[in-house]
Amino acid sequence: MTTLTETPMLPPPGETRELQTREAINEALIQEMRRDETVIIMGEEIAGGAGREHLGIVDAWGGAFRTTRGLIQEFGNERVLDTPLSEAAFVGTAIGAASTGMRAVAELMFVDFIGVCMDQLLNNAAKMRYMFGGQVKVPFVMLTRIGAGFGSAAQHSESFYSLFSHIPGLKGVCPSDAYTAKGLLLAAIRDDDPVIFFEHKGLYGDTCPVPEEMYTLPLGKARTVRPGADLTIVGISKMTWVAVEAAEELAKEGINAEVIDLLSVSPIDYDHVLDSVRRTHRLLVVDEDTPVCSISSDICARVAEEAFDYLDAPPSRVTPPHTPVPYSRALENIYLPNAERVVNTARRLMA
Amino acid sequence: MELDRDTLLKLYRTMTTIRHFEERGVPETGQRGMSASVHSSVGQEAVPTGVCAHLSDDDYIGSTHRGHGHCIAKGVDPKLMMAELFGRSHGPNKGKGGSMHIADMSKGMLGTNGIVAGSVPLAVGAALTSKIRKLGRVAVAFFGDGGANQGVLHECMNLASVWKLPVIFCCENNGYAESTPVEYGLSVANVSDRAASYDMPGFHVDGMDVLAVFEAAGEAVSRARAGDGPALLEARTYRYYGHTVFDNPLTYRTKEEEDHWRARDPLLTFRNHMVAQGNVITAEELDQMDEEARVLMEEAVTFADASPLPEPHEIYEDVYADYPVEMMRRGANMPV
Ligand SMILES: Cc1ncc(C[n+]2csc(CCOP(=O)(O)OP(=O)(O)O)c2C)c(N)n1
Ligand SMILES: [Mg+2]
Repeated sequence: MTTLTETPMLPPPGETRELQTREAINEALIQEMRRDETVIIMGEEIAGGAGREHLGIVDAWGGAFRTTRGLIQEFGNERVLDTPLSEAAFVGTAIGAASTGMRAVAELMFVDFIGVCMDQLLNNAAKMRYMFGGQVKVPFVMLTRIGAGFGSAAQHSESFYSLFSHIPGLKGVCPSDAYTAKGLLLAAIRDDDPVIFFEHKGLYGDTCPVPEEMYTLPLGKARTVRPGADLTIVGISKMTWVAVEAAEELAKEGINAEVIDLLSVSPIDYDHVLDSVRRTHRLLVVDEDTPVCSISSDICARVAEEAFDYLDAPPSRVTPPHTPVPYSRALENIYLPNAERVVNTARRLMA
Repeated sequence: MELDRDTLLKLYRTMTTIRHFEERGVPETGQRGMSASVHSSVGQEAVPTGVCAHLSDDDYIGSTHRGHGHCIAKGVDPKLMMAELFGRSHGPNKGKGGSMHIADMSKGMLGTNGIVAGSVPLAVGAALTSKIRKLGRVAVAFFGDGGANQGVLHECMNLASVWKLPVIFCCENNGYAESTPVEYGLSVANVSDRAASYDMPGFHVDGMDVLAVFEAAGEAVSRARAGDGPALLEARTYRYYGHTVFDNPLTYRTKEEEDHWRARDPLLTFRNHMVAQGNVITAEELDQMDEEARVLMEEAVTFADASPLPEPHEIYEDVYADYPVEMMRRGANMPV
């Protein structure tokens, strides 16, 4: 059985410095921009109040969620670019810069806005290396935000990472806490492929131990956050913690669930999931993305393909319905997966 | 321009209704835990008021995330709007859209929109319908100074000009896109300068003066109705509060600037103008309309709170015209 100390992707035991997720992202950006002067970052309100230096306004916002705070003071407005409200232009420009010698980070404020600039990812970032016969590398990172639960309705709440996983040529990560956010962001910026970095709005304020020195976590690797023998629950992003909450409930009933934090949505660490399912014989995926043609359906399919003989119950999921995100809290609460739904589904799988 | 008394009364009533809706509705919505998605348009009332005064329920508008004023000016009932903001089933969207998606097709209101410049092509499409079916309707696409830099707007202006569609592109330039000052994102002095690139007239007006907006919009709407094609109308205005309730605007703009614009308040400007004109409308009449707007918002809050929450099964309604609910729930292990 996997124990926590065997998994290398947890904060080192004894680390006492706690950071919020937003602070860890900020620290990773600052450290990497110090280390590598080819790193640039651009987006709306990245600094805020751009062009107002003469009024003493330098870093008004530091990002819509304060993750880019302090960057412009240290690195100046050539490397930290507030942009016009033109995502197709600046996301595409970042990709162009990345393919000509920079390491470019662009921030798309919410993933729901991807529609206006998807072409740059779909047809340029994802395909250039392949179409050009390997002549270019595209060290581009798109930071973006996911997550419902804030009464923000259908155009500001989605968790559409599966859209990107579907596209060959793109990588994607969904950090679940401050520790993974820092390590995965450093890895994403240093990676020579385009990587989408999905920040969950509901995780920014959470804290966990984070080493001050730089470290990277491997792209494409999951981690086990709770060992168990009876059932494998896979969580993605914030849903990892919903899975842990459910696992603790289940433990009271004598059901010992293992919880895997997927972390990467392209490539997906199928092997980590398969190893676990071969021991527990049951799979439940908890995903905040919608269920059709999704990461959750893909993991279930892969487990059915490759571990069919080990299964004692159908690979199952807890996800939102195949609908947009409703505004009214009365409906949004039903939309989102929660521990109760996970517990109920897990009980059925154990029966 | 000489305006009749009824028009003047209507203009002020619309402006004060918008003002009262924002001042009451935004904090009330916040108290119900839904403030993340609500944007106040206080300070900008003259723009939708002056533009929509030329439109009937048959005409269309497309709106923005800062769209309460557009809704009210287009005739959407503030009580229903309040219910929508509170996530209640009597909202025009049955509580599923909220502030950023208020739509009322019976009023030609094609929705506020959470994607910047997202409603612009919808208005252009409504203008196309009107042209093909010879309905004589016009459409107005509202967008901000930030929205002015979205690619889709430019494609739409070109297309509408090529097809000579009855649509007015109306930029509410309030000086900022979130914290970004307009001059930072704009390569020309005024958004209206860009009209030349698309071979349409560009109007630039004082958006704090409802009479100036009314006059310019009148010209743009008449041209469109007459089949002379689109126009770009830029109204220079100001939002008094932050981008959302969480934003302190003094991190990116100065108190002096705020004071300068507040001194040019659209309701106050109108009031002063009426007095200067020898009381075509008296101060008492204006006070009376303010009071009626205040009472209306009182009623709206009560109405909204009394409106039921959507039923759980409504989560599956109106995703499609025709699609089995079972296919929306399948595999998700939903509680309903
Ligand atoms: C395509 C897209 N990009 C970014 C955003 C986030 N956002 C919402 S409002 C806004 C600023 C809009 O500025 P402007 O068009 O001037 O309208 P205002 O808020 O001033 O009314 C931004 C960046 C969005 N909603 N949609
Ligand atoms: Mg603006």
